[in-house]
Amino acid sequence: MSSRTLFIWILSTALLGALAQPVLAQVKPPQAQLQPATSEIGFTTRQMGVPVDGKFGNFTAQVSLDPKQPASGNVSFTIDTTSARFGSAEIDAEIPKAIWLDSKRFPQAGFQSSAIKAGGPGRFEVTGRLTIKGQTRDVVVPVALTQAGAVSTATGQFVIKRLEFKVGEAEWTDTSLLANDVTVRFKLVLTGINAL
Amino acid sequence: MHRPARYTATAMVLHWLLALMILGSLAVGLYMTSLPFSPARLKLFNWHKWAGVSILVLSALRLLWRLAHRPPADPPMPVWQRRAAHAVHGLLYSMFFAVPLAGWAYSSAAGFPVVLFGVLPLPDWVPVNRELSETLKALHHWLAYTLGGLAALHVAGALKHHFVDRDGLINRMRPGRA
Repeated sequence: MSSRTLFIWILSTALLGALAQPVLAQVKPPQAQLQPATSEIGFTTRQMGVPVDGKFGNFTAQVSLDPKQPASGNVSFTIDTTSARFGSAEIDAEIPKAIWLDSKRFPQAGFQSSAIKAGGPGRFEVTGRLTIKGQTRDVVVPVALTQAGAVSTATGQFVIKRLEFKVGEAEWTDTSLLANDVTVRFKLVLTGINAL
Repeated sequence: MHRPARYTATAMVLHWLLALMILGSLAVGLYMTSLPFSPARLKLFNWHKWAGVSILVLSALRLLWRLAHRPPADPPMPVWQRRAAHAVHGLLYSMFFAVPLAGWAYSSAAGFPVVLFGVLPLPDWVPVNRELSETLKALHHWLAYTLGGLAALHVAGALKHHFVDRDGLINRMRPGRA
């Protein structure tokens, strides 16, 4: 190898390394694919002590997460507020109304992560902002991630105060009838997440 | 064989208490289903369920008491009337169980587990299923109407004995008189 070739080789390697360094540091994990058929976002309310479960039929989630570098990840989901389903058609018809989710004005509810931290093997703590009915609150969501082959399943639950989101107005603000605490449960089935 | 002239005090208490609870639950049931979705409707539905479960438990005690204690003899009457009266009694007893059980199942199928008096969760013995809940709703309603109809026949028979036959039959279930 001539000295000139060697010089060019060293120069280009150094330049490439210098260029690549910040790019590599910023690289986002790839977007995972949500499997909607097996994923679930549900919730439990309590009416006069009676736990009543519901589910959202339509939602989307954008997840990009490298389990080895959770801080670089990003999670958001969007729920169609007209798609709440209980066991009872009567309640399904109520939920989009103005005193509940007000789906005409707020057709979507959503979450956007701001920070993801590791919390032990297969566990993450996702901090972010939850917006329902135009009201935004900070929430911390514990997530457990399990993997089987190429499929990753993220599960977790957290409790929100429905009155902070103005869900159940007028006579329904009485928490002895309808508890303020609502447990939100989720199971997101995803492909395209690196191994734990 | 000796047969008592009157029902026992326990049988009388259970009879009249359950009569009030059953008629009350029928009335509340008819009224509450006419209400729009509201706190009043939610409260009445829960009270109705608590009453129904109480009726179920008290009816079980009543049945056990009835099996363990001989009822008073019937006054003389045509055989068909005796048979009809006993058939109505038997059907009433079966409705005391069938109506609350169908209501409980309907509640479970509709996704509302019964929590007795707001504190004691009762098990669900049917799955949450919308079609099943519609079927059980209809069943609960028709059984309740049947119970109402049988109760009306029972009362009509008792009044006929009292005012037409004047045979003192009603005294067997009348508290406070020897």
